[in-house]
Amino acid sequence: MIAHALFFYFFSIIAIISAIFVIVSRNTVHAVFFLILDFISIACLFIMIGAEFLGMMMLIVYVGAVAVLFLFVVMLMNVTEQKLSWFRGSKRSGHIPTGLIVGSVILLELVVIVGGWQYRDTFSQTEFLKFDSDFTNTHLIGNVLYTEYIHLFQISGIILLLSMIGAIVLTYRKREGVKKQSYIKQISREREDSVKLVDGEFNKGVSIDD
Amino acid sequence: MIEIGLGHYLTLGAVIFSLGTLGIFLNRKNVIVILMSVELILLAVNINLVSFSIYLQDITGQIFTMLILTVAAAEAAIGLAIIVSYYRNKGSIRVEEIDEMKG
Repeated sequence: MIAHALFFYFFSIIAIISAIFVIVSRNTVHAVFFLILDFISIACLFIMIGAEFLGMMMLIVYVGAVAVLFLFVVMLMNVTEQKLSWFRGSKRSGHIPTGLIVGSVILLELVVIVGGWQYRDTFSQTEFLKFDSDFTNTHLIGNVLYTEYIHLFQISGIILLLSMIGAIVLTYRKREGVKKQSYIKQISREREDSVKLVDGEFNKGVSIDD
Repeated sequence: MIEIGLGHYLTLGAVIFSLGTLGIFLNRKNVIVILMSVELILLAVNINLVSFSIYLQDITGQIFTMLILTVAAAEAAIGLAIIVSYYRNKGSIRVEEIDEMKG
């Protein structure tokens, strides 16, 4: 019981503090770092209370995709030209210390959650947490996700497809002066358009125009 | 205090949710932080769903959490695409300068 309390307070305090830093930090890159820390703390909480599959899913989807997308957008836009300079840290490497802090806290959390895995029974055997212990969490989710909720599953796939198309359409632009390969042009090219057979006279040669 | 129950998880979700809404209102710098606050709000919803799912021993909550995860990823992709194209047109994404619609 006390292990559960310790783990809960550890991760939730880190999560709340990093959420505060997300909304108050002046530097957007730092805000994204703290957002990643927040996601990882909540994922560790999920793993701790028995939703392992969702915790891993949070790590993959939020940290691996969404947060990295945010980082890309923040860094690809030339934000240093803004009036209020966002990268206001000393010189140019202002966000290395923050990155180091966030990275070491994440490492600490991973060590805690992996080291605490062997004591998992002491806090998952409370009176609340008794799913059928023959099945893992992933097995339980798979049982209902592909049978009872198959339509929701497919709709979420369609939502992802739509968002992908939408993002591509929104950010697509035609550039001037870029040579592109047009396969329609290539495969519709006939022999008569490009090759001509000429009878050369003896000892004269052939004159080639252009 | 030592006995961690459903209330603790709901409190954590409520705190993160209110921090997210606070972030939307406090923010005067750029739109990206507003999108991150929306992500925080969705995260708080996920915490609520997962803790109810665990404490009521019903797996459905975790299924819906996965759907929210999907929607959050789609929303982030579309929102960031809109921000990128806006920045390309206007050269700025400061919140005060976005006033074309006179809202």
